[in-house]
Amino acid sequence: MSFIKPNFRHPGLLPNALGFLPSDYEGLLSTLCAGCGHDSIGAAIIQACFELNIEPHRLAKLSGIGCSSKTPAYFLGNSHGFNSVHGRMPSVATGANLANRDLIYLGVSGDGDTASIGMGQFVHLVRRNLNMTYIVMNNGCYGLTKGQDSATADKGSKSKSGNVNVFQNIDLAGLAIELGAGFVARSFSGDKTQLVPLIQAALSHPGFALIDVISPCVTFNNNPGSTKSYDYVRQHIDATATVDFVPPAEAIEVNYADGEELDVTMHDGSQLRMKKLHPGWNPYQKDAAVRALHEASATGEVLTGLIYVNEVQEDLHAMLNTCDKPLNQLTERELLPTIQSLEAINASLR
Amino acid sequence: MRSTDIQHPEYFHKVIDCQYACPAHTPVPEYIRLIAAERYTEAYLVNWESNVFPGILGRTCDRPCEPACRRGRIEEEPVAICRLKRVAADNKGDVRKYMLRGPFAPNGKKIALVGAGPSSLTVARDLAPLGYEIHLFDEQALGGGMMRSQIPSFRLPADVLDEEVGYILDMGIHTHFRQYVSSLKSLMEAGYDAIFVGTGAPRGKDLPDLPGRWDAKANIHIGIEWLANVAFEHTHAIGKKVIVVGGGNTAMDCCRTSRRLGGETVSVVVRSPFDEMKASPWEKEDALHEGIPIYDCHVPKAFAIENGTLKGMYFEKVEASYVDGRRKLVPTGEPDVFFEADDVLLAIGQENSFPWIERDLGIEFNQWQLPVLNEKTFQSTEPRVFFGGDAAFGPKNVITAVAQGHLTAISIDLFCQGKDPNERLAPTTQRIPQKMGIHEWAYDSYVVDDLRYAVPQADKAITLKDRKVEVELGFDRETAFREAQRCLNCDVQTVFTLNKCIECDACVDVCPTSCISFVPDGDEADLRSRLSAPANNLTQDLYVSGPLPTTRIMVKDEDVCLHCGLCAERCPTAAWDMQKYLYQVTKAGSCKHIL
Repeated sequence: MSFIKPNFRHPGLLPNALGFLPSDYEGLLSTLCAGCGHDSIGAAIIQACFELNIEPHRLAKLSGIGCSSKTPAYFLGNSHGFNSVHGRMPSVATGANLANRDLIYLGVSGDGDTASIGMGQFVHLVRRNLNMTYIVMNNGCYGLTKGQDSATADKGSKSKSGNVNVFQNIDLAGLAIELGAGFVARSFSGDKTQLVPLIQAALSHPGFALIDVISPCVTFNNNPGSTKSYDYVRQHIDATATVDFVPPAEAIEVNYADGEELDVTMHDGSQLRMKKLHPGWNPYQKDAAVRALHEASATGEVLTGLIYVNEVQEDLHAMLNTCDKPLNQLTERELLPTIQSLEAINASLR
Repeated sequence: MRSTDIQHPEYFHKVIDCQYACPAHTPVPEYIRLIAAERYTEAYLVNWESNVFPGILGRTCDRPCEPACRRGRIEEEPVAICRLKRVAADNKGDVRKYMLRGPFAPNGKKIALVGAGPSSLTVARDLAPLGYEIHLFDEQALGGGMMRSQIPSFRLPADVLDEEVGYILDMGIHTHFRQYVSSLKSLMEAGYDAIFVGTGAPRGKDLPDLPGRWDAKANIHIGIEWLANVAFEHTHAIGKKVIVVGGGNTAMDCCRTSRRLGGETVSVVVRSPFDEMKASPWEKEDALHEGIPIYDCHVPKAFAIENGTLKGMYFEKVEASYVDGRRKLVPTGEPDVFFEADDVLLAIGQENSFPWIERDLGIEFNQWQLPVLNEKTFQSTEPRVFFGGDAAFGPKNVITAVAQGHLTAISIDLFCQGKDPNERLAPTTQRIPQKMGIHEWAYDSYVVDDLRYAVPQADKAITLKDRKVEVELGFDRETAFREAQRCLNCDVQTVFTLNKCIECDACVDVCPTSCISFVPDGDEADLRSRLSAPANNLTQDLYVSGPLPTTRIMVKDEDVCLHCGLCAERCPTAAWDMQKYLYQVTKAGSCKHIL
């Protein structure tokens, strides 16, 4: 009966600053294929939230449809969750965020849910700079319907059945930079040392943060010739920099030689401390970031790490000048303006 | 760190904490699964093959397996291994038809066994089927040794003892009961090919220099002698007020027997602090349950005698202080404490005694008057004479005596065949994959949350009246099943195949107890500091693979693995497999009579 996870945990694990144990951030036992990259991303999310001391009830996870969008059942079991319609998670996330700006929003989607059926929603979400973290579990195929090429499958990549993809792929990271996202990263499900700090930084970013995570489909897209298999990604991975996430008020212990390190300070005081690995990469310069993406793509490399960041950028609430309280906390006094204020509004429109 | 050699027979053996801790290395999880499957006869035979006395040990074993049990490290209490063994004995069917029965073809060799206790009986059982002519000598009328003379009937009923001793004697053993061997020399001259000494540790320690010791001899008894007198029906009563001096299991047996023989105010008085007493915790509990107080940190000072009659004893109060981990008992300076007593039982330890062994036979003795033995073969400096059980290295317990009996039987067999007893066969091991299908394993992999079940006891009002009424009733079948389900099946091993691993991390992510890590290589101390969870239990090994394609290595901390099979279930390439590891110690005559 190995479909039930035992209740015992390692007795030596310590709680985080809030007193929660790692198990308080777990979800149900995964029903995805054994070895699915998505499970590793789920584990990285659990670790990131545990270490960030996020109160589980302060976080809302949202997803669309697909293997990736099933995963919120397998992590953060004590958080809010909304499994929406295929490709429509951005609308639901936008509504939720506008109604309650106090929660932390974590969107989980796949390459089909984002780059195919949900593309229209995705692009508008990015250009509105909704304050959320958007993780794409990108396996380059439609795993749930037996592995047809998705829109992120690289041109020339071979499917399990031997067909070569003839279409140009959509690069979600490049697209997001183009549309004005303030935090764009790419990572690999098999590299938690990079993925966890990136998720932590994304959750700390005060605007739209995209992490495009290559997540091999172990059943339908882990074959020779695929550019999203464990082996291919491992052989062609090319990180922009090493990443360490340093929470606010914690001493920085990493020390690099001069000129190589780069600190990105988030609005809450936390820092991403990085050691540059990729020549010509500058996460503050859009054109340099886009160029690095293009160059990597041209040589078949998978560029990972933080690709572009702009930590001072107005989010949707600021742009729309919305009220600073969640709607459910508004009282009659705020919701029923006096006759005088109504007249003032009318007068302003005459 | 060097990658783990799982071909070494002891690696996975060590993961089976209970079996590894058991001196006889009984395959505990194997028989617990059989009990859960209501296959009591098979469970009994697995035990019988290994420890010879399942019914006896299921009631009286010192249980070295239980403190070792992995369950005790993930929740409060270990599995009730010992009492599950009893369930097999209580519910078994006809086991005799599965045991080897004589007459066995004789091999022309003759062996004498001195003492009919657990170690001798084990040697007899191992050697008789190989054709040896076995002569068993004991001064008592019945076999069993200290199991009969020192373990009271309310813990071990005579019929259980008779049955299991009988299985061995019925193999065609020549018994010489009521025959005290007073000279080893004459035995050596009697033409035996080998002689086994299993005479235990028969002498109870005394306090010969304590003031008053010899002024009221009739009411001051040596614990084990007194227990033997009770067992053989020479003693039927004791005074109303009894003091038992000592804190081991013999002291517990003495005080509880006293309660049944007329002792109304029975107290145990012991030098050590309560927690450091030698008695097993459950034995102390049982004594307390029968209304027997235990006074700790009291050192005997004098017997109080009035007109030649024992009145009681004086004790000095002490407290334990520890210097460099060594305990010292320091007087507190309080006035001495007086306890009234009609009888005093001294249960302060026992020791070896070989007055019947002449010292000019070529058998060397050391400064403690213990025989000088080869620790591996139990052979003395006289090649024909072997020692086992308490007689070999001093008093331990029944299961150790059995284990030593097995080992000595191998030595005797090799010796009698003209081979070197030092050259012994390795244990036999087997690994059997358990995968049956998706989510399906050949063992019950689900880990239950149940806490340890208590063994029901008979009503005190009845048991305190009759020393022969057994106190523990044993688990019923349903409770036995529930308790058996608590076993984590530590013999079902997580076996890792390096070249199948694609490093997808699925095992790391799913492992409930964070046992598995993929990390850059390092030495052991360094590795232990950077795994998924702290690996601070140095008694538990790290299972380490060679380098993977990313140059990382797989490290599994065996400490709190639940053996739930989820790593293997979630492994896409079957790089992890659950394989049942069966480890069997070598017996005399190799595999000839293994079931």
